[in-house]
Amino acid sequence: MATRTASQLTGATPVLTAHAIHRAFGPAVVLAGVDLTIARGEVVALLGSSGSGKSTLLRVLAGLDGDASGETVVHGTAAVVFQEHRLLPWKRVAANVGLGLSGPDTAGRVDRALREVGLAERHRAWPAELSGGQAQRVAVARALVREPDLLLLDEPFGALDALTRLRMQVLLRRLRAEHGFAALLVTHDVEEALLLADRILLLDDGRIAAELPVDLGPTRTPDDPGFGALRRHLLDRLGVPTT
Amino acid sequence: MSRTPLLETPPEAAAVAAPDLRRPRPTRRWRRLVSPVVLVLGWELAARTGVLAPEKLPAPSDVLATGWRLSRDGTLAVHLLDSLTRAGAGLLIGGVLALVLGTVAGLLRLGDDLVDPPVQMARMLPHLGLVPLLIIWVGIGESLKISLVALGAFFPIYFNTYAGIRDIDERLVEAARACGLGQAARLRHVVLPGALPSLFLGLRLAIGAAWLSLVVGEQVNAQTGIGFLMMEAREFSQTDVVVLGLLVYALLGLISDLALRVAERRMLTWRRGLRAS
Repeated sequence: MATRTASQLTGATPVLTAHAIHRAFGPAVVLAGVDLTIARGEVVALLGSSGSGKSTLLRVLAGLDGDASGETVVHGTAAVVFQEHRLLPWKRVAANVGLGLSGPDTAGRVDRALREVGLAERHRAWPAELSGGQAQRVAVARALVREPDLLLLDEPFGALDALTRLRMQVLLRRLRAEHGFAALLVTHDVEEALLLADRILLLDDGRIAAELPVDLGPTRTPDDPGFGALRRHLLDRLGVPTT
Repeated sequence: MSRTPLLETPPEAAAVAAPDLRRPRPTRRWRRLVSPVVLVLGWELAARTGVLAPEKLPAPSDVLATGWRLSRDGTLAVHLLDSLTRAGAGLLIGGVLALVLGTVAGLLRLGDDLVDPPVQMARMLPHLGLVPLLIIWVGIGESLKISLVALGAFFPIYFNTYAGIRDIDERLVEAARACGLGQAARLRHVVLPGALPSLFLGLRLAIGAAWLSLVVGEQVNAQTGIGFLMMEAREFSQTDVVVLGLLVYALLGLISDLALRVAERRMLTWRRGLRAS
C-alpha cells in the first residue's frame, strides 16, 4: 500500500519517507500502518475528518511521539508550526524566534525571518501583546529561521478568523515560492488544501485512503474551473454531501 | 494559585480592564486612608486623656518615642539583627530543601511517588505545634528557632515549586523540543521561567510563615531578638516596648513583602506585557 509519488518515479531523494507508522492509544488504533513520501519542495496536504489521526501522524513525523512504531527518515531539517502559536510568553518575539538557534549572526537571521512575515518592528514585543494572526506569523518565522527542508504544519491557521486565514495562506504561498521548502500541511479545510498543495492525501481509518494530485498551477484561485470539481470530489470522499 | 494569563484574554479586553483592577482611582485611595488615621488619632487621644491606662496600652507617640530611644542606644539594632539572622538562616535552609525536593517531585515521576506522600502527610501537622518535640530534639537554643523558621518556610515553597512545575503547559515544552532544545535547555528556557510566578508566590508565603515562626520561637528561652525584647518588657510591664516589638514585626513583614513585589515586577515583566513596551 505504498503511496507512489513523482519523486520515486524520477529517482530524486525525497525529503521525507515514512514507512508503516503505527500508533495506538490503549485499545484505540489511530494509525494503522501509514506510508508516506514527500519529495523536495513538494507541498502535501493531509486531509481527514476530525479524529482521523492527522495531527497524531504529524507529531510522529516530527519526532515528538516516542510511543509510535514505524520508520521515519527526514533527509535534511524539519521545523514545526502548530495550531496554536506556542510562543513562550516570557520571551520577547525575537527571543522566541531565535529559540535554540546557534551559529553565526543569529540576530541577523532572526531579523530577516521576522521581516519576511512582516513583523520586523515587533521584535521587542511580548507574545501577549500580539494578535492571534501576528502570533501565528511569529510562529512561522520561528520555523522559517531554521531554514527547513521540510515544514510540518499542524492546522496552522485553524484558530484564526477567516480573513486572517486567507492572508496567511497567501503568505505561506509566497514564502514557499521564495524558499522552496517542502511542506506537510495537516488541515480539515478542503479549500485550503486545494489552494496550497501539490498533492492531497486523505487519511481515513488510520491509513492513507486516497491520493489526489492537484494540477491547478501555482497561482490558483477558487474561481479556477478545475477547482470546484476537485473540491466536490474531496468533500464526497470525506463523506460531506454536496448539492 | 496564580496562573499566567496566557492567551485567553483578547488584548483589547485586557487593556480596558487592567487599569481598573490594578489601582483604585486617586480619590478612592485617599478615602481608604481615612479610617486608619482616625483610629490612630482616637487611640492617641484616648491614651492622652487617660481613658486607656498606660500599662494597658500606651499612646502611639509614646511607642514611637520608645522606638527612637532604643534605636539611638543601639538596643533595637542588636535584637533586630539577631532576629533577621535567624529568619535568614531558617529561610535559606528550609527554602533550599523545599526547592530541591519540590523540583524532584515536580519533574520526575519516581520523585513524585517517593517524595510527595510523606510531605503531604507532614503538612497536616501544624508546625508550631511541634515546639515541644523540637525542644526535646534540638534543645532550646538557636537551633530551635532556626528549625522552626525552616519548617515554616519549607511547606509553601515546596508546594508552589511542585505546582509551578506541574502547571507548565506541556505544549510549550513540546514546541521547545521541536525547536531542538535538549533537556537542560528546556529546563532553563521553559520550566524555570514557567514556574517562576509560582515560586514567587511560595517565597512570599514562606516569608510570612518565617516571621510567624520567629514570633513563637523567640518566646522560648531567647537571650536576644525582638521576641525576647517583648517577653522581657512584659516582665517589667513596659507595655510600650511590647507594642514596639509588634510594630517591628509588622514592619518586617511589610518591607519583605514590598521588596519581593518589586523583584517580582522586575523579573516577571512579561506578565504585564500590555503595559511594558
